[in-house]
Amino acid sequence: MKKHLKDYWLFIIFVIFTATGFILDLNIARGIFENFYSFFLTMVKFVPAVFLLIGLFEVWVDKETIEKHLGEDSGFLAYFWAIILASTTVGGLYVAFPVAAALYKKGASPRIIFSYIGTAAICRIPMTLFEASYVGVAFTTIRWGVSIPLVIISSILMEKMLASKDLEKISKNA
Amino acid sequence: MIYYFTALITAILFMIDRKKTVKGLKIGLKKIRKNSPVFLNMIILVALSLYFVSDELILRFLGDGSGTIGVTIAGGLGSIAFMPGFVAFPLAGILLEKGVSYTVIAAFTTTLMMVGVVTYPVEKDFFGLKITVIRNLISLIMAIIVSIIIGLFYGELFM
Repeated sequence: MKKHLKDYWLFIIFVIFTATGFILDLNIARGIFENFYSFFLTMVKFVPAVFLLIGLFEVWVDKETIEKHLGEDSGFLAYFWAIILASTTVGGLYVAFPVAAALYKKGASPRIIFSYIGTAAICRIPMTLFEASYVGVAFTTIRWGVSIPLVIISSILMEKMLASKDLEKISKNA
Repeated sequence: MIYYFTALITAILFMIDRKKTVKGLKIGLKKIRKNSPVFLNMIILVALSLYFVSDELILRFLGDGSGTIGVTIAGGLGSIAFMPGFVAFPLAGILLEKGVSYTVIAAFTTTLMMVGVVTYPVEKDFFGLKITVIRNLISLIMAIIVSIIIGLFYGELFM
């Protein structure tokens, strides 16, 4: 029980502040609560499904398959798969993190999951379409051209930089 | 939509192997339970960010921003703001019409995408503090590099 309370400390403080704000009839409380409620609904609309799919993935997909295509000995094609998966990721980074952790647990190498997270941040297709139409195709092209190689290089560096004890945490929490 | 997809996949897998599928769904449910506190924390941070770093505030602060100060403000706001692409890019379009440079727009949108202060609870839970901090710092540096190159391309820097 104590552990559960610790997990929810921020939520408890949030509830106390919001309730106080409502009692005092402050606009700020109403505004923040509206944001909370609408984003909460957005999350409920797809995050639980993502976790169910991850659960199915863990049971159904063989470790060898992931190791072969995204693991330590995988070649350059692995980055291609990471980018394809990233560009079709729904939502935002908050979906990429659990997916990346599940891939790591199945034997994907650290550099590939970091590349996946990085490209999930910058290459998601719906977002890119908005960018290209409002800011310009040239802008999007340069941004991709510069940031995708940077993401891959930095992912390789991160893999080299991190000790195995830092990486162990990933599979423990996934 | 994704629930239909999940239901379809589940139904197909269920016909192939009942036991395995039930096991997978159970793992999924366990994950939902385990991760709800961190997602709740993220939703709280998003609610605060949406309130304090509103569209109007971004328009006001970036509206007349330029040079190093403009890029710094844009990068800072992009890091703490939370908005989906269908809000962020129309906003970027308005900023462009107001004469804000591509360099500043790039700093804002790239940090918005890559640096996640509000997603910190989720990232830390899955990857630990160290990896989270390193990834976000590297992302910040990358965002600066991207905006400099964008600036060079559009001839906004060193002119």
